[in-house]
Amino acid sequence: MRNLIAVPVILLAVTLQSAIVSRVTLLSGIADLPLVMLAAWAMQEEVETAWHWAIAAGVLVGFVSGLAWFVPVLSYLFVIALAQVLQRRIWQAPLLAMFSITFLGTLGLSFFSLAVLRFSGITLPVVDVFGLVTLPGILLNMLLAVPVFAVMRDLARWVYPAPEVE
Amino acid sequence: MALALGGYFSSGSNVFTTSLVTVQSWFSSRFVALQEFLTAPRDMASLRQRNTELEAEVSELQAQVIQLQQEVGETEILAALVDFQTGSPENTYRAAAVIGRDPSPFLQYVIINRGSNDGIQRGMPVVTNQGLVGRVDAVIADAARIQLITDPASNVNVRLQNAEVDASLVGSVTGDVTLDLIPQDVDLERGDLVLTSGLGGGYPPDLIVGQVVNIRTSDIDLFQQAAVQPVVDFNQLQIVLVIVNFKPVDFSPLIPIP
Repeated sequence: MRNLIAVPVILLAVTLQSAIVSRVTLLSGIADLPLVMLAAWAMQEEVETAWHWAIAAGVLVGFVSGLAWFVPVLSYLFVIALAQVLQRRIWQAPLLAMFSITFLGTLGLSFFSLAVLRFSGITLPVVDVFGLVTLPGILLNMLLAVPVFAVMRDLARWVYPAPEVE
Repeated sequence: MALALGGYFSSGSNVFTTSLVTVQSWFSSRFVALQEFLTAPRDMASLRQRNTELEAEVSELQAQVIQLQQEVGETEILAALVDFQTGSPENTYRAAAVIGRDPSPFLQYVIINRGSNDGIQRGMPVVTNQGLVGRVDAVIADAARIQLITDPASNVNVRLQNAEVDASLVGSVTGDVTLDLIPQDVDLERGDLVLTSGLGGGYPPDLIVGQVVNIRTSDIDLFQQAAVQPVVDFNQLQIVLVIVNFKPVDFSPLIPIP
């Protein structure tokens, strides 16, 4: 039952992404709220699994976006995998891990999107894309990372309350 | 009395009245001070309460002003769209509000709040009173996704009004649009108006797209290129019109499969 919390949270994140976050641009880059949210959720110690979150968020973003549906699904799964690896290695500095996941996840999503667009016949100039879309997107995601991490930590503590010690 | 009338008491009465006035002033000022001291707290409290009430009223009025300004803005947009609609009676339009943008930064799409329930179909052109916006890319019951002409995958057949020559308008990842496939012998000028040509059947002809702002010519290239400033401000899109009586031509069955 606890996993069902993913449904309203992801719906809210994708709605906010499409309605608000996508309109706030830095050069041509935008933040990716579902990506940052997934990274923050997967970083929480209380959370048992976040794979289904990635699939649900990816399918929903793929449904809204003109990109092929598997691009966000696979990218978000990559973010969860990254979070699980980094959480074990730098567990003493969760914010550092969060920034690392956000950075690598945004890079991964960008290059995967570029590759898929190229296969579908849309060739974009890589240097321009990196300077005008990817780097500003990374910066915006980093800015979003701290508040989103705090919100997801509170959510995780609410969903998975710590057992009372007698 | 006689002495007083004679002015013999004047100096004495002056001293008396001066002393009296001084004493009365002293008492009066002390009384006023005491009165202020006793009544001020009550007045301060009532003033603060009144101030809070007025601040709340000002906030409410400011919110109303903002709401009314927003409504005026929407009404102006709608009035312009109605004017545009009456000016082009050959087309049937369906107005829709822009409710979102594509979550991917690599694509230029917007989401509108009208779908197949309102007669929207894939391929229908989308315009504003200013000019061409794009076309419907995907539809569900109550929403549709519009591919803007600024999208990197967008390709619109256009013509230059002054030069009477056909060209191709392509988008980019940054949202800039470029004219391509312009023959080298065509004399392009800044400010030339770009209209849809109707070739290919994807868009109706003579929709305004934008103006030429920069021309790139090179002797070693087959064609000229030109940067175009779209007439539509895609960052401020709020309400659009879908041309619902336009059926795009699907010529994909005619394309030979390699």
